[in-house]
Amino acid sequence: MKAGSKLEALLGQAVFAVTAELGPPKGPDVSVVDRKIELLRNVCDAINVTDNQTAIVRLSSGATCARLCASGVEPVMQMTARDRNRLAIQADVFGAVSQGVRNLLCLSGDHQTFGNHPQAKNVYDIDSIQMIAMIKDMRDDARTQSGDEIEGEVPMFIGGAANPFGDPFEMRVIRLAKKVAAGVDFIQTQCIYDMPRFREWMRRIVDLGLHEKVHILAGVMPLKSAGMARYVHSSVAGIRIPDAVMKRISGAGRGKSARQEGMRMCAETIQELREIEGVHGVHIMAVEWEEAIEPITEQAGLLPRPDALSTLSDPTLGDEGESDG
Amino acid sequence: MIVAERKPIPEILDMVRHAASVAVVGCDTCVAICMAGGTKEVAVLSAALRLAAKREGREQLITEACVERQCEEEFNEPLVDLLATHELVLSMACGVGVQTLAEQYPSAIVYPALNTRFMGRPEELGTWSERCLGCGNCVLHKFGGVCPITRCSKNLLNGPCGGSEDGKCEVDPDLPCAWQLIYDRLAAIGQLERLWEVEPPKDWTTSRDGGPRKVVREDIVP
Repeated sequence: MKAGSKLEALLGQAVFAVTAELGPPKGPDVSVVDRKIELLRNVCDAINVTDNQTAIVRLSSGATCARLCASGVEPVMQMTARDRNRLAIQADVFGAVSQGVRNLLCLSGDHQTFGNHPQAKNVYDIDSIQMIAMIKDMRDDARTQSGDEIEGEVPMFIGGAANPFGDPFEMRVIRLAKKVAAGVDFIQTQCIYDMPRFREWMRRIVDLGLHEKVHILAGVMPLKSAGMARYVHSSVAGIRIPDAVMKRISGAGRGKSARQEGMRMCAETIQELREIEGVHGVHIMAVEWEEAIEPITEQAGLLPRPDALSTLSDPTLGDEGESDG
Repeated sequence: MIVAERKPIPEILDMVRHAASVAVVGCDTCVAICMAGGTKEVAVLSAALRLAAKREGREQLITEACVERQCEEEFNEPLVDLLATHELVLSMACGVGVQTLAEQYPSAIVYPALNTRFMGRPEELGTWSERCLGCGNCVLHKFGGVCPITRCSKNLLNGPCGGSEDGKCEVDPDLPCAWQLIYDRLAAIGQLERLWEVEPPKDWTTSRDGGPRKVVREDIVP
């Protein structure tokens, strides 16, 4: 074990992993965090905590992760290069480790022009691939990026993002290969609606043998309504929603019936993704809709979630023997 | 070249309104080429200032001048009398020119009429775009001649972020994605294998992050 996280243990045991996303509040109101923790506690293996997502100021990822650790749930701390230089990233990684965080997702970060402080100066001292390599050296060689010795250990299970739907497509495979070369342990992908393109990306990943070097968690986001689908398609860079998906959610009516259809579609997507070679888990991003995770995981047959320790002694538990390893 | 834009007239008026006499001094190099601060633009701005003074019922002397290269002291030497006889100098050079005048003539009050924008080139008539950030350590040979530090909104050195779509940057649909340009260019010159190399963190000490910069050529220094 590199980091000793539950996520690492489960993936190491070929359990089809489930991670979900928790968006911290736009202020220090931890009761929001506590409420979301309870919504997610028993329906996923680890919880991603976003880091000033879409460049909007929120309760810090590090402080939120500390709250999760204290509550006995496992966080995946998201860390962007937009807001921090290499000094701040390393300091925040030390801080996170000291609070019990063992999973880190390295991101470049949405550009600040999307958020609520478009006048801000961005950082981008290093990029996400360089961040992965830096954290790996901190963990494996106990050295800072500058080469100085680190006091203590940095047990981090290192994650990265991948967007198979961005352009140029050929670069999407190369980017993943570079993240693997830099030392990434797991990947969480952008939301998948365009299954043929995702399959093609995975086929190329498998052809290169990369699926044996990194755990790929396929990203999904349940649609709440046709309006949300249209917004995501037109306004979120790097996500395209195919006509068939758009048509199905549009035909589901409004309100509760649309939300139920959105959750059903998400569960079906997960079941489809689970059959694809090289997909080792799923990452569910229900933005400000954490309530959806339980019904989705239930419908997708992913509940109950296994306990990491018992999983270590019984690899089949909670996995129904279907994993592709 | 250095690309600049003239500040809005109301902002300039707020700077010069109080002065009884203003010398408007242009520069006929970069900022003339980008049509912001050359002889012609000095005339246009001066006319606007005179008109505003008249409209506001102010007595204000506006004198026009232009030098070949305001960033070099020797070109500014003929300005000595002009600057001494005017209460305010409104420089239409880039920020380097403004500061050169101020350093060269410490008793002069020199204000900027332009916003200095970037090092770039004209793409088409009336459009200039940025090409160099002056990071101090050129890497263009690695990226097919397209600078990711300048042209990628996130300075990414290892490929495009997830926001690249149909060749455009997530920040602005009118902005080309630098990494699409790099990819296309490397494909065209048969160097796609470069895309697989992991680029280490950049040493920014040669950029502005090392503090204000200076080039000293020992072979030339007297």
